[in-house]
Amino acid sequence: MSDKLIIGGHEFNSRFILGSGKFSLEMTKTVIENAGVEMATVALRRANVDGKENILDYIPQNVTLLPNTSGARTAEEAVRIARLAREIGCGDFVKIEVISDSKYLLPDNYETIKATEILAKEGFVVMPYMYPDLNVARALVNAGAAVIMPLGAPIGSNKGLLTGDFIKILVDEIDLPIIVDAGIGRPSQACAAMEMGLAAVMANTAIATAKDVGLMATAFKLAIESGRAAYLAGLGRVLDSRADASSPLTGFLEG
Amino acid sequence: MNKQQIDIMEHLEGMEVIDSDLMDKVLTLTQKYDYSQFTGKDVENALAAEVLTIADFAAILAPAAFSHLESMAQKAKYETRQHFGNSVSIFTPLYISNYCENNCVYCGFNCQNKILRGKLTVDEIDNELKTIAKTGLKEILILTGESRDMSSVMYIGKAIELAKKYFSTIGVEIYPLNTEEYRYLQQCGADFVSVYQETYNPEAYGEVHLSGPKRVFPYRFNAQERAIRAGIRGVAFGALLGLDDFRKDAYAAGIHAYLLQQKYPHAEISFSVPRLRPYINHSDNNPKDVHEPQLLQIMLAFRLFMPFAGITISTRESARFRDNVIGMAATKISAGVKVGVGGHETEAKGDEQFEISDPRAVNVIHQMIISQGLQPVYTDYIRM
Repeated sequence: MSDKLIIGGHEFNSRFILGSGKFSLEMTKTVIENAGVEMATVALRRANVDGKENILDYIPQNVTLLPNTSGARTAEEAVRIARLAREIGCGDFVKIEVISDSKYLLPDNYETIKATEILAKEGFVVMPYMYPDLNVARALVNAGAAVIMPLGAPIGSNKGLLTGDFIKILVDEIDLPIIVDAGIGRPSQACAAMEMGLAAVMANTAIATAKDVGLMATAFKLAIESGRAAYLAGLGRVLDSRADASSPLTGFLEG
Repeated sequence: MNKQQIDIMEHLEGMEVIDSDLMDKVLTLTQKYDYSQFTGKDVENALAAEVLTIADFAAILAPAAFSHLESMAQKAKYETRQHFGNSVSIFTPLYISNYCENNCVYCGFNCQNKILRGKLTVDEIDNELKTIAKTGLKEILILTGESRDMSSVMYIGKAIELAKKYFSTIGVEIYPLNTEEYRYLQQCGADFVSVYQETYNPEAYGEVHLSGPKRVFPYRFNAQERAIRAGIRGVAFGALLGLDDFRKDAYAAGIHAYLLQQKYPHAEISFSVPRLRPYINHSDNNPKDVHEPQLLQIMLAFRLFMPFAGITISTRESARFRDNVIGMAATKISAGVKVGVGGHETEAKGDEQFEISDPRAVNVIHQMIISQGLQPVYTDYIRM
């Protein structure tokens, strides 16, 4: 069965997008291999072109680069970083992160919409990181986003799908792929996200801070595949006790 | 002194006064801080909290927390990993001038000290920067003594413009400036400003800053806020631990940073933890003394209170201490450090401010970070 993830006309077999900011760079290749990753984010601010420990040197050629605009506090700054990423050869994909709070690192939805509109017009495949709000998601669709990337929980928190009910609304109402972007801390949470119908999962801290990074990468791969398969299989109905009461409420119709 | 000393709370001519309530808040809270009242139970509650309040921060800085140092360290390491992953940033300072107008009793640059004074020419600055850049570093901290006459804002701005050619991240640790002057340096290419209050106890402050513009307490206190208003990205806080009551000073520095970030949520916050090293021969006598365990307690308290903030560990500390605190609390480490004026390319033109304890070169620090399973980070910033 063909089950490709399609983003901006590009096909991916893997539904695991790797965030790279918290790894030891030496580990990146192992993680990408173990998890079968085909797309990895790179913070452009960590790109030390022609310098030491350049993150771009550690991402294999066959992996699609997803430069992010980390460090941007406004739409204007995000646009400048995206253009810079394209200039240094990171391709047309861009993950928009606009963050104006140094404490919680929550995305600024308003500035994100503005940046999305500008960059989509410039031909970028725009993947905006956002706080899950249906109205904002619709505005992002209209602005030309290729996917919607709601956060599950504050970045780095490993708390899972705290915003799950609101993400589900996006899954139900928005025609673009919905990719959960932050907060996934365990393979079981990644699996649950995929069962819900999310198109892909992005994770970083959960793997980077594991005792055995390589093994955790494998665990995430399996969990994401399992959750996807369950979604495609169609989850069975889970009955609760109230649903089959012994005295049917509709019994009177037969009388 | 024969001269009438200036009032430490009175601004001198030319010093900008901003409308801000931060100083009153910090000084009031600090005055009320009685660390002796906190118990082990308070510390345990603070360590169980997911997000620490100011009262929790007060508890973990107290002597009662001293017996919980291991638990604090474990939690701090977890928080550091969650917020920074494996990353440890590397930078180096460059002193471009050591002329100073202040008489600060504890400082090597004290204007009354007979030390070799010097100032780099523009060409010398460029050569120093070039030499430093060859080590692979991308972040630099430009420092001067506090002399507007000998190291003017224009001169510092020129150094920043030169540094921009080689470095992605430029910080300054210089005398406090007015908002418009910070804006000028930001436009030259500086994005991070460090100003240390030395002590947050005004009385003690007056006793050790005998003369010079540094004697004006509020002008120094409000420097970070003026810098942020001027568009500077990030500001560093700290006290010279051991100068006065280090617990109260660390507490004040923490809430100073905390309240500033609340007021300016985009401001990037970091801490430094310079200490006056106790002399060995009377090391047990003075409760103000900051030994390594006390220093560690302060670093851990900063990490737990503001887990997103950077913490820098300087070469004042030993290699052993530095190697052990990165990844646990510290997120940034200096390497290849010279604290004389210049000294990277040619011999230093001026004497040092203090003696360093860890002279290791950039490649050695790099290997040390790698050997701990951590990731040396040279650049983590895009100048906008």
